Amino acid sequence: MQYFPFVVVVWILCVGLYGVVTSRHLVHQIICLIVVQSSTYVLLLGVGYLTGAVAPYFYDVPVHTPAVDPVVQALALTDVVVEAAVTALLLSFAIQAHKRFGTLDPQELASLKG
Amino acid sequence: MRPAQRRWIFLVGAAGLAAFYLWGLSGLPGFGNYPGPYGFIINRIAVGQTNATGVVSTINFDYRGFDTVGEEFILFAAAAGVATVLRRLRGEREQSTVDEAADRDVPTTSSAIRMVALLFTGPVVVMGWWLASHAQTNPSGGFQGGVILATAFVLIYLSGEFLVLKRFSPVALTEVVEAVGAGGFAAIGVSAVAMGLPYLKDFLPLGTVPGAVSSSGTIALISFFVGLEVAAAFILIIGELLEQTLLIRQGGR
Repeated sequence: MQYFPFVVVVWILCVGLYGVVTSRHLVHQIICLIVVQSSTYVLLLGVGYLTGAVAPYFYDVPVHTPAVDPVVQALALTDVVVEAAVTALLLSFAIQAHKRFGTLDPQELASLKG
Repeated sequence: MRPAQRRWIFLVGAAGLAAFYLWGLSGLPGFGNYPGPYGFIINRIAVGQTNATGVVSTINFDYRGFDTVGEEFILFAAAAGVATVLRRLRGEREQSTVDEAADRDVPTTSSAIRMVALLFTGPVVVMGWWLASHAQTNPSGGFQGGVILATAFVLIYLSGEFLVLKRFSPVALTEVVEAVGAGGFAAIGVSAVAMGLPYLKDFLPLGTVPGAVSSSGTIALISFFVGLEVAAAFILIIGELLEQTLLIRQGGR
């Protein structure tokens, strides 16, 4: 059981990848990519967790209270920002693909010469 | 490649990935036994060094501030990228607002949505502002607050029309705010250099009460600028995507 959160990580990763591979719609594919990326949040927060520790905020607890690792939490924040940027760009590419080719099915798009 | 083949190749690859991953897990410290030293060192010294009680923000805006400059400019570049990809291409024209299907019943925005959106706009602005200005105190900061500030403008869109959103957030003004936010962060870093300190070194007075709004020097200031940048970037991106509904291809499909 002590590895359970890390098993959840690879499960989310594979479910998302399966969606990316079998997707028939670009917007659905982008959402699947977001699912893939969500696995990294679980991984980062799972790695830095310490049993019985508090969140790394010392406003109402004494400074020397054991707290979980704040470095991975800062990394998770970066992760979210990058995801937002990537999603925005991919969605605008999907709009342009639809304008140009009239379809959002990645398998049809792959067979077009663009 | 047929979808069935594609699925089989994926399943074989995923089985291999899962096997190697599970093999790699054995021997790692289990969940809840993290041994890494850096986070715990920072937890011990951060409050004393910066007078901020939110250690995650301290890392983002001070210890690892240089990375966060890059992170902020990723968002800046994304907003510019979306605007570039979705620029008006040759052959595109703006669709007139003439109703092209007058015989069809278009449901108008219900008054319930209008009321709720209007009611929430004010509180959402206050909450976003509060989050953007309390990075040093609690789990908040410019990134979170900025996104919530941008949500207020989406609520305006929900309660009215896209054109109303445009009136509340003119593109030129939003771009200026975004540039001020992004440039402000970099400028704080450069001012430290101008004083002979390392880039992004905290040079403002740290205040007396840990975690107070006036504490932590540049951390609070940087968070404020990040909030401006993030809110403006999201308003620009959402506006660009919504504007696409007004554009059609000439002789469009």
